[in-house]
Amino acid sequence: MTPAREAKGKALVAAHHDGQSALIPFLQYCQEEDGYVTPAALDDAATLTGLTRGEVESIASFYSLLFQRPIGKHVIQVCRTLACMLGGADELRAHAKARLGVTDGGTTSDGMFTYEEVECLAACDKAPCLQHNLRYHYDVTPAEFDRLLEQWKRERPDAAMPAE
Amino acid sequence: MTPFEPVLTKGLGEFDLADIDVYESRGGFSALRKALREMTPDAVVSEVSASNLRGRGGAGFPTGKKWSFLPKDGRPRYLVCNCDEAEPGTFKDRMLLEKTPLQIIEGLLISAYAIQANEIIMYIRGEFLEGFRVFKNALDAVRSRGYVGDKVAGSDFSIDILLHRGAGAYICGEETALLNSVEGKRGEPRLKPPFPANAGLYGMPTVVNNVETVAFVPHIITRGAKWFASIGPSSSPGPKIVSVSGHVQRPGNYEIPLGISIRELIDEYAGGLRPGRRVKAIQPGGGSSAAIFEEDLDTGYDYESLAAKRTMLGSGAVVVMDDTACLVRSSMTLVRFFEKESCGQCTPCREGGQWVHRLVARLEAGEGTDADLRILNTINTTITGTNLCPLGDSIMPFLSSVLKRFPDEFAAHVKLARCPLGAGSSESAA
Repeated sequence: MTPAREAKGKALVAAHHDGQSALIPFLQYCQEEDGYVTPAALDDAATLTGLTRGEVESIASFYSLLFQRPIGKHVIQVCRTLACMLGGADELRAHAKARLGVTDGGTTSDGMFTYEEVECLAACDKAPCLQHNLRYHYDVTPAEFDRLLEQWKRERPDAAMPAE
Repeated sequence: MTPFEPVLTKGLGEFDLADIDVYESRGGFSALRKALREMTPDAVVSEVSASNLRGRGGAGFPTGKKWSFLPKDGRPRYLVCNCDEAEPGTFKDRMLLEKTPLQIIEGLLISAYAIQANEIIMYIRGEFLEGFRVFKNALDAVRSRGYVGDKVAGSDFSIDILLHRGAGAYICGEETALLNSVEGKRGEPRLKPPFPANAGLYGMPTVVNNVETVAFVPHIITRGAKWFASIGPSSSPGPKIVSVSGHVQRPGNYEIPLGISIRELIDEYAGGLRPGRRVKAIQPGGGSSAAIFEEDLDTGYDYESLAAKRTMLGSGAVVVMDDTACLVRSSMTLVRFFEKESCGQCTPCREGGQWVHRLVARLEAGEGTDADLRILNTINTTITGTNLCPLGDSIMPFLSSVLKRFPDEFAAHVKLARCPLGAGSSESAA
């Protein structure tokens, strides 16, 4: 573990009830720094919390916002649940996948964009909606998606999965 | 429209209620001071009990009663706020989090005083990054004014709030799964009993309250239990924020007095349907609730009236489907949700969700058979009521209710090998 990571981990443990309670915040922090939850981060988390590596992996795998594989600089998560479906999410999903040339969960070959279909994002009044690096975009028509995509290509994104 | 002055959403579009100066100038934190200076903790519990406030997260359990279950045995106590809103169709807690975080904090502080909690844990859904940041800023401001920390507002009561950001899992909205998640574990629901009141967070007495529920507490303290109980039906009184979406002209959050008709909610608040359209099905209480139909529009929007229609108010999420909606596709969308979000502990939920999803997806794609329809009509009993938590019981209600009301629409998908409404299939579109 790097000294900086160890210091951060110890601060998180101190702020929580016990080591394990700091596990998820620690993994969120590592993910922001490394781009995803790397094998090294899982080892560090085990060292920090006293859990086995297997336990850490099991816990991390439970949560959909902890990625144990490299993801793009841009993570696009399109809602597909009922209200968004009624508002055109199926058409948006088809369009987005064709534009990006990926399937659900895939990353573009240049490593820039990861595309995921997700469940209700709690923005049902502005359907269909999506999140880009956890920021909301509302009433996303296929044309609006294309406009956003061009904008994202020009931007230097913040962390795809910020810890806080 | 039934005359009603909003409570939680008052001034929302007009003022920046996340700004502590604005919040205080409009009476913010006066309820906290009143509770701390003029009321004993038991008096606060009694007032909330007398108001008959029922939990606004989904289960509708009386809040005062939940508080009074805590054993007085000297062990540390926790108050946990559930802001893991993810029930399909629900977007009220996110609005409260982003727009009125101080109201939530004041409610939490009064609630913590009432139950004499040692710590508050605020659990915010991982996807709500913006809300998390707004809440964190608000909390910093509150701390700097002395309302959180040692000797709250100059009283003898001390309390702090720990923020926990979720990492993605619908099931963590279930209270014992949420507690496991705070403890750094997989968010799997626990076997109950023991209930959190006796063995909750770290095995200690714990109350888990929803965001909207705690936001009402300052208003009950300021205006009294009688005022709250006078709004809506006596058995389930008070205002409620209802998230309306789907095929209405003005989808959004509306704060209503419980008990108004669903017709009024849809027509007067949400702007009605598009011209020429008719109501086909309504999901009245989140993705877990059974549907109601055009003939049910005069039902009161309250806990009892919806229970009498064999459905529920749940989280207060109303999704409207007009006559253009394919109910097979709507069902498939919801069943897929529960399949994806099952934690996997209980076989009927984990396996049942997968099988039902495959079956409905097949029907939706025009590849279903009569045998599939027969299975759908009977599978309910092997899934519902056989799981640790309500998620497994949420797979079938909507599907079963629309299958019963519109059997021909399902049968037509088999007979025509396509959607009779010409909707195409979801996955061919996607």
